[in-house]
Amino acid sequence: MAAANSAAIEQIKSDPDFQRLVRARTRFSTVLTVLILAIYFGFILLIAFAPQWLGQSLAGGVTTIGIPLGVGVIVAAFVLTGLYVRRANSEFDVLTQQLLERHK
Amino acid sequence: MIKSRWLKAATALSLIACASAAQAAPAIEGGERQPLNVEAIVMFLIFVVATLGITKWAASRTKSAADFYAAGGGITGFQNGLAIAGDYMSAASFLGISGLVFASGFDGLIYSIGFLVGWPIVMFLIAERLRNLGRYTFADVAAYRLEATPIRTISALGSLTVVAFYLIAQMVGAGKLIELLFGLEYLYAVIAVGTLMTVYVAFGGMVATTWVQIIKACLLLGGATFMAFVVLMSFSFSPEALFARAVEVHPGQQTIMSPGKMVSDPISAISLGLALMFGTAGLPHILMRFFTVSDAKAARKSVFIATGLIGYFYILTFIIGFGAITFLMNEPAYFKAAADGASYDKVKDLLGGTNMAAVHLANAVGGSLFLGFISAVAFATILAVVAGLTLAGATAISHDLYASVIAKGRASEASEVRLSKITAIIIGFVAIALGYIFEQQNVAFMVGLAFAVAASCNFPVLLMSVLWKGTTTRGAFWGGLAGLVSALVMVCLSPAVWEDTLGYPKGSAPFTYANPALFSMTIAFTLIWLISKLDGSARGDAERAAFDAQYVRSETGLGASGAASH
Repeated sequence: MAAANSAAIEQIKSDPDFQRLVRARTRFSTVLTVLILAIYFGFILLIAFAPQWLGQSLAGGVTTIGIPLGVGVIVAAFVLTGLYVRRANSEFDVLTQQLLERHK
Repeated sequence: MIKSRWLKAATALSLIACASAAQAAPAIEGGERQPLNVEAIVMFLIFVVATLGITKWAASRTKSAADFYAAGGGITGFQNGLAIAGDYMSAASFLGISGLVFASGFDGLIYSIGFLVGWPIVMFLIAERLRNLGRYTFADVAAYRLEATPIRTISALGSLTVVAFYLIAQMVGAGKLIELLFGLEYLYAVIAVGTLMTVYVAFGGMVATTWVQIIKACLLLGGATFMAFVVLMSFSFSPEALFARAVEVHPGQQTIMSPGKMVSDPISAISLGLALMFGTAGLPHILMRFFTVSDAKAARKSVFIATGLIGYFYILTFIIGFGAITFLMNEPAYFKAAADGASYDKVKDLLGGTNMAAVHLANAVGGSLFLGFISAVAFATILAVVAGLTLAGATAISHDLYASVIAKGRASEASEVRLSKITAIIIGFVAIALGYIFEQQNVAFMVGLAFAVAASCNFPVLLMSVLWKGTTTRGAFWGGLAGLVSALVMVCLSPAVWEDTLGYPKGSAPFTYANPALFSMTIAFTLIWLISKLDGSARGDAERAAFDAQYVRSETGLGASGAASH
């Protein structure tokens, strides 16, 4: 196990690249968390307060607006997760690697 | 005889159908031993032989603690994603949610969405930090800078409570389902499940448990895909045509296409939503899985794969539920006829109850051989889930309680692993005993309770210790304990226990909401914050000062050990 002594910790912590990385990642994950919460609880509140609206016909047939919206929440959960992975695997991982190399 | 067999299924499935706890069918008892279902048993035996072979192979590779708890960190991101999906796609979600869709259409979709949306949260807030800070359990992470004894005690308490309730619900449900599908007596069925799960865990550790999970996930996804495909094919792949036919056949007609009475009270809806969403991020057997991969990148990949597979699976269950409406409702053979011998209620009178919709559909689309296959998959599913739970429980006892709290870190790795194996065997016996004791009880509320405890104890302790610098041992311990106790008390005072289990009159339950998470999570987070703020002890100051080192490591993985031993 690599020894992470307190001097090295201080160094990394005060590295502007570390602060930039953490700020960018925190902002990104916070935005995504708020998005999924808003999508999910928005859907729940629609069900609780506007079930008739969800029950309207989508295109004149029996399929209602609620069906694509519900499936949309599932797809949104997958897409948001994917967005995070894409950015984390490229941008964030590269920054982290550079940081760790520099402070070896 | 056949009828009573299906009646028993109603009971069995209401027990394992976690989310549909609120609609749990009343317990119906009676009926003798059922005729043996040969196809199902043969297919299940093939599964057992294959998984025991894997266990033997896994046992030869399981030497160190890292091998036992975390498969030596040698699972790939994709494999782990499949295994996580396997852990999560229980027989309850397959049979329970498709049954809910069969009974009330759109409402089934609401539940499946609740189960899925926890995964993005796990990804954005938990997965990487967990992988960067921990070794085998989430308590490793929470105790990274906090004092081991209290933090591991509260984490182990939370984990064991979750595991116990989950396990009881699965054991009782498994016993009844197997009795029904295979014609095996309840007690033998429970013993079979308890024995097999113990063998997987005690001999094969995480390696065997992971591969059992992966095989089961593939079987379940394959079977469900085939059913959904046949259903859609018979409607020329037009969902509108499928829905139109379902509306025509279902007694609820157009109402099955919109939200029904399930979410009538916004507080209950939000409380249940919170429990499902954040409970996922606090389930010990799921969190353990993040230590089986080599690094944070693989951890991310596994959550992404799992989210995709679980989402796909829930869409399949929705199609299967509607398929069951169109294929079954006009076929009297699948229903219990009323006294006149001809009429039947197209929802309530389904043989075995609405939770059997997917099983009947398997027969309708693939004949008795496919019915046997789906029955065997249901058995395999339960087995894989209980094995994961047993491993999580054994790890909480040996790694968190014994090695850290009791032996204070002086236990050798070998003795720790030996204790895990012994614990797994003990858990097997306890699970069989509990399955036996709870046979006649209504245990439908227990999975909901497990999610509520995970969301109110494990999740707040984990999240606050990692994200908030101010968290101290005192705050995390008492806040976590308050979350645990308040969740338990509120569930005991809720209609599911107070009225349905303890038998007090309808409407007398002191706590009127179906799930406590909204309140118990608030209590836990508030107390962790407040008590930490008020904590002026020297230990508290040292813990706040130690946050920086933890923070740097949690964000960069600096110094993070691979799960492989060094």
